[in-house]
Amino acid sequence: MKERESEEYKNRCEEIINFYPDKRQALLPLLHLAQQKFGYIPKEITLYLAEKLQLPKVKAWSTVTFYSMFSLKKQGKYVIRVCNSLSCYLKGAKRIIEIIKEELGIKEGQTTKDKRFTLEVTSCLGLCDISPAMMINEKVYGNLTPQKVRKILLKYKKE
Amino acid sequence: MKILFKRIEKPDYKPDIKSYLKNSDFKALKKALRMKPEDILNEIKKSGLVGRGGAGFPTGLKWESAYKTQDFPKYVVCNADEGEPGTFKDRIILEKDPHSIIEAMIICAYTIKAKCGFIYIRGEYFKAYEVLKKAIKEVEAYGFLGENILDSNFSFKIFLYKGAGSYVCGEETALLDSLEGRKGQSRIKPPFPTFVGFKNKPTVLNNVETLANIPHIILKGGEWFSKIGSKNSPGTKLYCLSGDIKKPGVYELPTNVTLRDLIYKYAGGPKGKIKVILPGGVSSPVLLKKDLDVIMDYKEVEKKGSMLGSGAVIVINEKRCIVDINKRILDFFNYESCGRCAPCREGIKRAKEILEFISEAKADLSDLELLKELQEVLFDTSRCGLGQAALNCVRSSIDKFYEEFKEHIVEKRCKVGVCRVGR
Repeated sequence: MKERESEEYKNRCEEIINFYPDKRQALLPLLHLAQQKFGYIPKEITLYLAEKLQLPKVKAWSTVTFYSMFSLKKQGKYVIRVCNSLSCYLKGAKRIIEIIKEELGIKEGQTTKDKRFTLEVTSCLGLCDISPAMMINEKVYGNLTPQKVRKILLKYKKE
Repeated sequence: MKILFKRIEKPDYKPDIKSYLKNSDFKALKKALRMKPEDILNEIKKSGLVGRGGAGFPTGLKWESAYKTQDFPKYVVCNADEGEPGTFKDRIILEKDPHSIIEAMIICAYTIKAKCGFIYIRGEYFKAYEVLKKAIKEVEAYGFLGENILDSNFSFKIFLYKGAGSYVCGEETALLDSLEGRKGQSRIKPPFPTFVGFKNKPTVLNNVETLANIPHIILKGGEWFSKIGSKNSPGTKLYCLSGDIKKPGVYELPTNVTLRDLIYKYAGGPKGKIKVILPGGVSSPVLLKKDLDVIMDYKEVEKKGSMLGSGAVIVINEKRCIVDINKRILDFFNYESCGRCAPCREGIKRAKEILEFISEAKADLSDLELLKELQEVLFDTSRCGLGQAALNCVRSSIDKFYEEFKEHIVEKRCKVGVCRVGR
């Protein structure tokens, strides 16, 4: 985390804290912002937020680790979320996950060495009508087949 | 007969305020603001509307309870944290008709005298979040939301709040904790949120689909609504069909539709031969082919020993192994258990282990009795619905497919060839 980024982040905190009716409510939005800005939740930020919101450190820390969308390790530029809940599983999610692992050379929860891709196997994404499905950052991909997944990944690799 | 999807399915309908004004013009809100809160409550009660999130609680009673509680401020919360595997109906409403939810929340706020509301939306619904954000701004700009709505002395504000990846936050009390900026762990009920909710103040929490019905009930009356679908839970329901089915998707149908019609008439029939059907996602006990004529309302599905839940109908064909299906389901619950109470945290983990042993030929028959016992303990003692329902599917599977479990354990054989037993 660069110092300038950290300063920019802290400057925006006040505005978010004042936006919500209750001060503590700002914790999740502030963590979302950190995740977006830094690609993870730096420990320094968690401690900063605990102080800012007058929370015991453990409360801030346990909130960070509770939610699957907040990560302690820096994520790649593209976060791939593949659903492995029942509807997608029935339609071949397992194979889709294997292919992504092969193509990127990483396991679940890992990030490629070039810091471009993170693979996450997630609970239901609410995309069961187009299962098997995945999201790359905010974009949705459905009705996946092995060929289709390889093609999508190739497109991202070229970018 | 369509109520919720009528507008959405028009080819030129867009989720912007111009389309909404042209098609609804906030007529329900305008009408509601001229009604007494008691009269609104009467219409909702008369309609027989029950919550569409899974519990099937009468919406009118919920609102009335919050209305009667003399403790201020009060809050209105929309539960848009859809997460039950197989459920994707709320996403469609949120992305395509966000204004209807906002209108319904304003009507609720006016009724129970709330000044502040929240839409808690799951973190992965990026598109729906943006659509809602824009919709709230639009509705504010047109004066239906904010200070002195339509020149009345009623004011209401809505905040959009993003979840961060946690299934249990769809449970109403866990949602409230999350909305307060905490870990999403359930609270013990009672007290119910209508007395002790957000920041311990009276709070009405409604599912997206439930809210979407409100403007229609206000406009056309509770009696009109009560005559649609089944008597027990009138209206239409958004059924989500997925799994081994030819045409997966959301189907809006009156609640007296049979499971058979849903699968064969609307969703194109199953892919392969049906083995089991989960009528309410992975939290619901399994139904069999012989149950196909069940009417898909809350009470009738319950009579068959299952539950309608959020209406996530997952069809599973004969090529699937019942042990393997349950193993996948318990993986999910094990990951999503919040860890607050021991029965759920430990019980699911042990149940998952036993299923793994079964699929690897390391179990014996007494383990099935252990699984049944675990289900009873979790059902009776877990803090919230997650733990209470987590072993529903495995329990009903053992009861209905005992031979298949026995084959795995005694003969070390998985006849469909999915499990590693004997290999």
